Amino acid sequence: MLLLLLGIIFLHLAALVLLFVSTIVSVWTTGESTTSDLWINCTTSGCIPASTGEWIQSVQAVMILSIIFSCLSLFLFFCQLFTLQKGGRFFLTGTFQILASLFVMSGAIIYTVMSPEWVPEGNSFGYSYILAWVAFPLALISGLIYVILRKRE
Amino acid sequence: MLTFLALTSVALLGIVPEQSQAIAIYTGWERHALVGSDIRLSCSFFSWRWTSEDVTFSWTYRPDGSRDSISIFHYTGGAAYVDNKGPFRDRLEFVGNPGRRDGSILLKNLELNDNGTFTCDAKNPPDIVGRPSSVRLLVFEKVPIQAGVITGAIIGVVLGLLVLIVVIYYLMRFLVARRVFSLSVSKHGKKKKEGSQQRQIKV
Repeated sequence: MLLLLLGIIFLHLAALVLLFVSTIVSVWTTGESTTSDLWINCTTSGCIPASTGEWIQSVQAVMILSIIFSCLSLFLFFCQLFTLQKGGRFFLTGTFQILASLFVMSGAIIYTVMSPEWVPEGNSFGYSYILAWVAFPLALISGLIYVILRKRE
Repeated sequence: MLTFLALTSVALLGIVPEQSQAIAIYTGWERHALVGSDIRLSCSFFSWRWTSEDVTFSWTYRPDGSRDSISIFHYTGGAAYVDNKGPFRDRLEFVGNPGRRDGSILLKNLELNDNGTFTCDAKNPPDIVGRPSSVRLLVFEKVPIQAGVITGAIIGVVLGLLVLIVVIYYLMRFLVARRVFSLSVSKHGKKKKEGSQQRQIKV
């Protein structure tokens, strides 16, 4: 039982860490000597704030929301661990985690579709973008496990 | 306002100084405008001398990324000469008042190519030593959105919805708990009895 609990928490924390790194590190696009998005664009000569278009701001918002929801889900998990009656399911925790995964998915999709508008040709996607796509299934699986899980003593 | 201050200070001093101090020219620093709109570029000067009849204003324009500037406006001898060959032909109008030391011009129907630096040079003989002043014009296609506005709005709306859902949920639970008491009996008569009994018990 303890092993299962630790495994679930580890999965949740892994998804959370990936979300944090993907949001905070600004490497969604890389070029020969530039990295850009989500927050600043850096070249070898210096860094400037990222463009202020509507789409990039919506990606920023959605990534931050996914972090918030994932943290809330972790907090709710510990709450429900001690307050749920026997046989109960962690619906609330699972809902928040699934919502967080949906936010990451929509953020990554918006960025994929809309980034050609402000990213010049020849630049490829950076590791933050890939981490966002990895975090999405991790968070989804974690949320589904919460919904299926039943509390036992 | 500036003209008034200038004239007042000269009047207070009483005597017009013998050596002419430098003439000081004032324009804005930077101006923003939308494509297709009009903009008034203001230019005024401060001089220790009275405004002479031979006061001149001239505006030159240097496009962004170019090193040459061209002259687009000149006022001298009481007459204004606007650009009739250059990029601003038929789009430039003199709206200043030289008597009040105002040499402002009006640019109509702005285009994206009008981005650049406009320099105003005024001379008030014999006060002619001065440094021209420049104003930078930025023309936008649409008003640019500030960084973080949409981000904050989306986050605020979603979190607000979350809080709203939580509040409604607890409100419904509270209301249903109260209603469960009075729904457990039949609708008409006993409801009042139960209600009064409840009130007696509560007291």
